[in-house]
Formats: sequence, structure tokens, C-alpha cells
Amino acid sequence: MNLFPLEPFLRPLSENPWTYLVFGVIGFFFGFVLESSGFGNSKKLAAQFYFKELTVLKVMFGAIVTAMVLIFFSSAIGILDFNLVYVPETHLWPGILGGLIMGVGFIIGGFCPGTSLVSAATLKIDGIFFALGVLFGIWSFGETVDWYWTWWNTSGYYGRLTLMDVFHLPTGVMVLLVVLMALFMFWGAEQLERIFGKRDLKKEPKQRIFGAAALIVIALAVIVLGEPTTAEKYARLTLTRTVDGEKVTLPAEEVLVHRLVQIHPAELLDTLADPRLSTIMLDVRSEADYNLFHIRGARWTPLDQLPDVVPSLLAADANRTIVVVMSNDEAAATDAWRLLVAESVPNVYILEGGINNWIAVFGQGEADILPTPVPGAADRLDYSFPAALGDRYEAADPNPHEWEIEYTPRIELERRRGPSGGGCG
Amino acid sequence: MAVAPEKPRKGLFGIREKPYIHPYLGGALLGLVLFVAFLLTRNGLGASGGLNRLIAAGEDLVAPGHIDRTPYLLKLAGGSLNPLDDWSVPVVLGAIVGGFVSGLINGRLRPEINKGPRVSNGLRLFMAFAGGAIMAYGARMARGCTSGQALSGGAVLSAGSWALMMCIFVSAYALAYFLRKFWN
Repeated sequence: MNLFPLEPFLRPLSENPWTYLVFGVIGFFFGFVLESSGFGNSKKLAAQFYFKELTVLKVMFGAIVTAMVLIFFSSAIGILDFNLVYVPETHLWPGILGGLIMGVGFIIGGFCPGTSLVSAATLKIDGIFFALGVLFGIWSFGETVDWYWTWWNTSGYYGRLTLMDVFHLPTGVMVLLVVLMALFMFWGAEQLERIFGKRDLKKEPKQRIFGAAALIVIALAVIVLGEPTTAEKYARLTLTRTVDGEKVTLPAEEVLVHRLVQIHPAELLDTLADPRLSTIMLDVRSEADYNLFHIRGARWTPLDQLPDVVPSLLAADANRTIVVVMSNDEAAATDAWRLLVAESVPNVYILEGGINNWIAVFGQGEADILPTPVPGAADRLDYSFPAALGDRYEAADPNPHEWEIEYTPRIELERRRGPSGGGCG
Repeated sequence: MAVAPEKPRKGLFGIREKPYIHPYLGGALLGLVLFVAFLLTRNGLGASGGLNRLIAAGEDLVAPGHIDRTPYLLKLAGGSLNPLDDWSVPVVLGAIVGGFVSGLINGRLRPEINKGPRVSNGLRLFMAFAGGAIMAYGARMARGCTSGQALSGGAVLSAGSWALMMCIFVSAYALAYFLRKFWN
């Protein structure tokens, strides 16, 4: 398991009240640095837009690239699990329109919400009025967003999307490009300050060259090290399960050997019928087998397409989402399980015995489905079907009230806190 | 004729005002805080989200029925949900305290209005309120403000956050020309 993010922060915060204090301390330094950089002063903020003093740009992009190189370096050396880091989801059009509106507010009012708080805290009256305006604006949004609720939720929605995905670049290369872009902007900002702000660049500290060099070196290190592969992540993965009433932490492969994540078909049926849970079934077989027969609601997701669904599984509400992978027996499903758990998807299970076992349990009454086992063949459909009816067989959607089957429950819902907290930063 | 030396400005409690830190140093320190936040907690920094929850908590006290009829507020404070039970709330409260302490020890804690030389106090305060309302409305529409989206989303290379960040600068620069007398 990666060391970071720390385990208590992945669970609901109220389970560990001290976590609130950690956030409070982080907020303290956030406010302290903002004020120390001059962000409590609206004149300094507005000067950005008249090219006299580009403090805002320098502090903001300085912070972005500093945090960025450290985050991706930590991920590259394997101490931070980037899959667990909250990446704001991309809602493109609400983001673009909201951003344009924000720019208007910025130049009219001279602050952004965070900076107005430190300004108000240092008794700047304009900061206090801006902060009051912020409260009014937030309240207005809550009252009016219903008018365009669908647009706000669905327009240009791409989920967890990074610049690496957009440009199809390795993480390290993207990090280096952003560093170089920021350094170019800093250079341009200094030229503008010289021309419009009559600033003498000779008085600028020499150390800033070393800072720039350090950013480039770390970015190059991220390229050389590369992001950890799925196999590397899997090799160091451990999972905590309950065995005989006791919590044990085991390497992922041991969890498979002890059959702690293979769920009986009847447990899957009960889980599907539980209205408090949202069960995502991923069917990793061939398209032909899927068309012949699949459990109703299962999504056809062959192994090579599996990495594409990881971001949406990571974004799902972990407190109620169960992922069940299935193949004809267990071989391909087990490979799918390895990939998903290595990418930090929580609550992933394997359908025990696969579709063959499902039909053996629930297909007894179907006269059309005939067993045609091929001895020795692995992960092959052991039944023949009169037509490719997909999920229109009775066995594809059994009535949970008609089946009373004893099984050992394996599903333990791992409670996780929604990373964005239902709203956002 | 000798020019009287400019009196050093002072904050409350007679603390002499100190200059702001260098922007690159400020950027590096802010980046460090942001990194530590992501490293320990998986979350970055934020301001408008926490304020949103404070408002929802206020509304929940005054008009709980209204919350339960409004889908957006329902997610924050519907039923028995406590809108304050979220990481963004202590971050906002901490930021206010941190800003206050930095202002206090650096002699910048004093009641004043920062504005362009040609505008009246009344106009400046009206514009501050209006700007705050507009900015916050846009921030909630974009699901985060300069802190939660531009800064935090930017550092983890979220595509949407970068698009939004560009839009903030584009519209602010586009409008800056018309407001040049207001600020200069």
C-alpha cells in the first residue's frame, strides 16, 4: 500500500475527528501565505491586469508548478497514490462560462473568494464587502441553479480528465511542458514589469534561477522514473479483509488464494436486489459470448477496454458502489480484478465460477440452455443457446424472492469519504 | 527645504508594517502547502466550497424545509446531513485565522479601504460587493474558485481546471481596459 494519502483521510472524517484539525492547520498556512504575498490588498491584485506588477501570476503559477512537480515526483517514486488524489472533474461548459463570469467579478471587485477572506481578516473594508458579496453570490447560485440543473450537471462532462489524457502524453513530459510554460510566463511577466512598472530587474534575487533549475530537474526525474505501472502497483498492494471476525491485511495475491473476494452467485443476486447499493457488473468475455447470454445490467467490458472505465469507477460513490467482474469461469475475471484493485478501485469482487456457475445455479429451469462442457478448456462457455438472446433469458434476471441459497458472504463495504465532499473546492 | 521623511505605516498595536515576501517565494511556499495538503489528505485547497457549506448550514437553521426542496442544497444539507462535516470548512476557517495572524505580526492589520485614487469609498465598496457576488456565482457554476479549481485542479493537471483558469484571465483582461480609471 502506498503511504500517502494517509488512510484516515480516505474514510469519513467523523471517524477520526483529529483530521478536521489537520485541515484547519493546512488552511492556516494557506491564509498565512496568501496574506504574506500581498493577496489581502486589492490594489496589488488589480495591478496584475495593468501589467505593472504581475504578483498574482507569479504566486499562482509558482504554487501550481511547485505543487505539481512534487505531487508527480511522489507518485513516480511510489509514496503517493495518484489515483486517490482528488482531480476536479471536468464539466467543460459550466467551467468555461463560470470562469468567464469569475474574471468579471475579479476585475470589478479586486479579489477572489480566498483572498477576500484574508483581506477581511486584516480588516480591509473592501475585503469585507467583497466577502459579503461572495456569500450573497453563493446563496444566489444555490437558489437559481435548478433553472439549468441538467445543463450544469451534464454539459461537457468528461469526468476525471487530465491534460495527459487530452494530449496523449506521458505524465513526465506533460509536467515538464507545464514547467517550461510557467518559466516562460515568469520571464514574460518580468519584461512587462520592466516596461510598464519601471522595475529594475537587476534587483531581483539571483536565487530565482536556482528555483527554476530545480523545477526542471524534478520534472526530468519524473520523466526518467516514469509513473508506476499497474503491475508495480499490484506487486506492493495489500488489502484488509475480515477473516473469522478479525481484520487481517494480506498481499493482494493471498486474498485471491484464500478466496476472500470471490462471491457466490446468490450473493451477487442479493446485492443487485439491495436498493442501498449500486452494483456495477463488468462482463469481460468475448462479445460473442456476451451476446449469447449475460446477466441483466452487466456491461460488456473486454480486458483491453478495462483501463478506460477506471476513472469513472474511481469517481463513483464508494460508500454504496460494488464492482463485480465476471468471465466464463474465473481466469479472465481474476485478471480484471488484479487490474482494478491495482488502480485503487474500492469494493471489487469476482463472480465465483463465472457465468458457467451462474447458469448452473439459476438456469436449472431453462429448457433451452443445454450444458455442453468441453473438458480441459479454460474460460469457455459451457452451455449452448438456441439464439443470442443476451439478457432476455429468465436466468439472466432471476427473481431474488424465489431463491433461498446459503452462502458465505464475502462483500465488506469499504467506507470511503467522497473526495469532493458533494460540492467542490 | 527638507522633505519630512515618510512616516512608517503601522498596523494595530503599533506594529510597524513589513514588506510583502517576494512573489516567487510566496509561490513556492503556497505550492508547498498545496503539496502537503494533497499528500496527506488527497484534497487540495479551497475557499468557495467551505463558504457554501457555511451558508447551507445557516439556511438549514432558518429554513430546513427549503433545503429539502432544493436539489443543490439537498446534497449539502438534506435531511440529517451536516453541511459542516466536510474538509473544506476547517480549511476556510483556518485560512481566516492564518490571514489574520500574518496581517497582525506584519503590521498590516488595520481598518482601511484599498482603491484606485479617483474613486470614492462608497463606489469602491459597492463594486467590491458586486464583484464578490459575481465572482462567487461564477465560482459555484464552475464548481470551485481560484483556489479549488485553478490552484488545486491546476496542480494535479485537471483538464477542466486549466480551461477554467484561462477563462478567468481572458475575461478579466478583456474588461480591465474599461475599468482602468477605476483602479489607476
